[in-house]
Amino acid sequence: MQFDPILEGLIRAFWLLVTLDPEVYSIMFLTLRVSGIAVILATVVGIPLGAAVALRDFFGKRSLMSLVNTLMGLPPVVVGLFVYLLLSASGPLGPLQLLYTPTAMIIAQLIIAAPIVVGVTVSAVGSVDKAIRDKALSLGATRLQLTLTILREAKTGIVTSVILAFGAAISEVGAVMIVGGNIRWATRVLTTAIVFETELGEFSVAIALGIILLLMAFIINWILTRMQWSGLRR
Amino acid sequence: MALIETEDLTKTYAETVALRNVSVRIEEGDFFAVVGPSGAGKTTLLHLLDLLEEPSNGRILFSGIDTASPDQDRLTLRRQIGIVFQRSIMFNTSVYDNVAYPLRIRGIKNDIDGRVDEALELVGLEGFERRHALTLSGGEAQRVSLAQAMVFQPRLLLLDEPTANLDPRNVSIIESIVSKINHQEQVTVVMATHNIAQAEQLASKVAVLREGVLAEVGDASEVLRKPSELLMSFAASVNAYSGEAHPLDDGLALIDIGDNIRIEAATRKKGKVTVFIRPEEIILSTVPIKSSARNTLKGKVTGITDLTDGVQLKVDAEREFTVIITKKSFNDLRLNLESEVHLNFKATSVRVI
Repeated sequence: MQFDPILEGLIRAFWLLVTLDPEVYSIMFLTLRVSGIAVILATVVGIPLGAAVALRDFFGKRSLMSLVNTLMGLPPVVVGLFVYLLLSASGPLGPLQLLYTPTAMIIAQLIIAAPIVVGVTVSAVGSVDKAIRDKALSLGATRLQLTLTILREAKTGIVTSVILAFGAAISEVGAVMIVGGNIRWATRVLTTAIVFETELGEFSVAIALGIILLLMAFIINWILTRMQWSGLRR
Repeated sequence: MALIETEDLTKTYAETVALRNVSVRIEEGDFFAVVGPSGAGKTTLLHLLDLLEEPSNGRILFSGIDTASPDQDRLTLRRQIGIVFQRSIMFNTSVYDNVAYPLRIRGIKNDIDGRVDEALELVGLEGFERRHALTLSGGEAQRVSLAQAMVFQPRLLLLDEPTANLDPRNVSIIESIVSKINHQEQVTVVMATHNIAQAEQLASKVAVLREGVLAEVGDASEVLRKPSELLMSFAASVNAYSGEAHPLDDGLALIDIGDNIRIEAATRKKGKVTVFIRPEEIILSTVPIKSSARNTLKGKVTGITDLTDGVQLKVDAEREFTVIITKKSFNDLRLNLESEVHLNFKATSVRVI
């Protein structure tokens, strides 16, 4: 009996996908849009920041890294609450009227994803052999060329930071639930839809959505992993 | 005008003085060896000459230009100098991309293929372009490093113990490449080495460093003909012995190095001499072998050290000898501490000065 909802969910997932169910597809696209934009922004901000922290020595570097490492484990619910207070009508950014919009969800996921990109990039860039620096300089690299060379050497680790950030963003439910409100056709994403269907007792639909979520995550990670391994033959 | 010249060069790190008031002149076309025990400041000197670090005191003139200039000018100067470090590190990409790197960062777009080919040919690694650089052996990586340093046609090539940790075959390959670079390509070479025999074989000028101070400098033949106590003190690790030479027929001499050991060498010298036997040129066997080698000694293995591409053995044959063999030979011979071995080397492998 226990396996029934799972089997049913599998069939349901397949059915929803092949019949191009409009609501499911809109939920999928919103999920991808919110997490995709959040991770792209986190990458654009996080990689240069992580590289700068790793390559420079400055006062308070260690304290900063402790902070970043703590932020990497930030509970999404807490982020949701924080962004909610920021965007709510009485909050400092209330006039922008962003609460319960996909933009609010992107902001929340950006806050979750960015520390992961920064933290993992710092560690990836920091673990590039110091001899690479002397090698590049001795072969005539400028400061900028040196930095780019070191980043290229750290490529595997840097792409890992993006994979981890994407995983954290697409799978979190607490923050998008609070700041998005799980509004049908507007701010409902796969994770919040799963919570919603489960509460309704629609287990097979919830499982179908879960399977779709896994499938999407797999495809994105497959692409990122190919990037990670391109040019490496070991 | 000297190609590169240092004046009272001093470098300190925190509390330690790595180099103190070192003044050397290296002329265009020189093969300049810097010898000294480890920790003498050889690497520091080379890093300073490559303008990777700045001296704490004193100055470096490259072609008469003071190198204590703004970053951009230092870069222009540095781009005329190639260096090969003791430990070769490769970029995580193909051999081709590794060798093309210096050209690309200089914005050179013309004939990269041809120049990479040429550089790989120089180091005897034609056809290695598509290999992944991280799969190379230590000797191959060192040769690719040499190709990287030569591909942009430097005026000065710096070599920091380029053959330390390598197996005998790669040592001799690299030595002949480096010699060719100096003689045929007319590139000025500065090589740091703790191996006096190597300096004697390759260099035209020799400087001896001890504890960061320049102890001796001059023509190789002069500095090495009468090796000072200092030179001998760290030469022990490369089979250097003093002895009395007694001429035999056929241009051979019997050299008594004490402890009842007599070595046959191809020399006409007599009287007090210093002999070197390169660790790579000693053939090791576990049973006596019949060969053309004029010298055979019996001893016991007293030390085994793993090198990147080979194995270094200390052998007690009344006097201590250092032998470097390949890992394959080491495994095939099933050697252990206390193993009995025979050392065989030719009279022509003994260098007498």
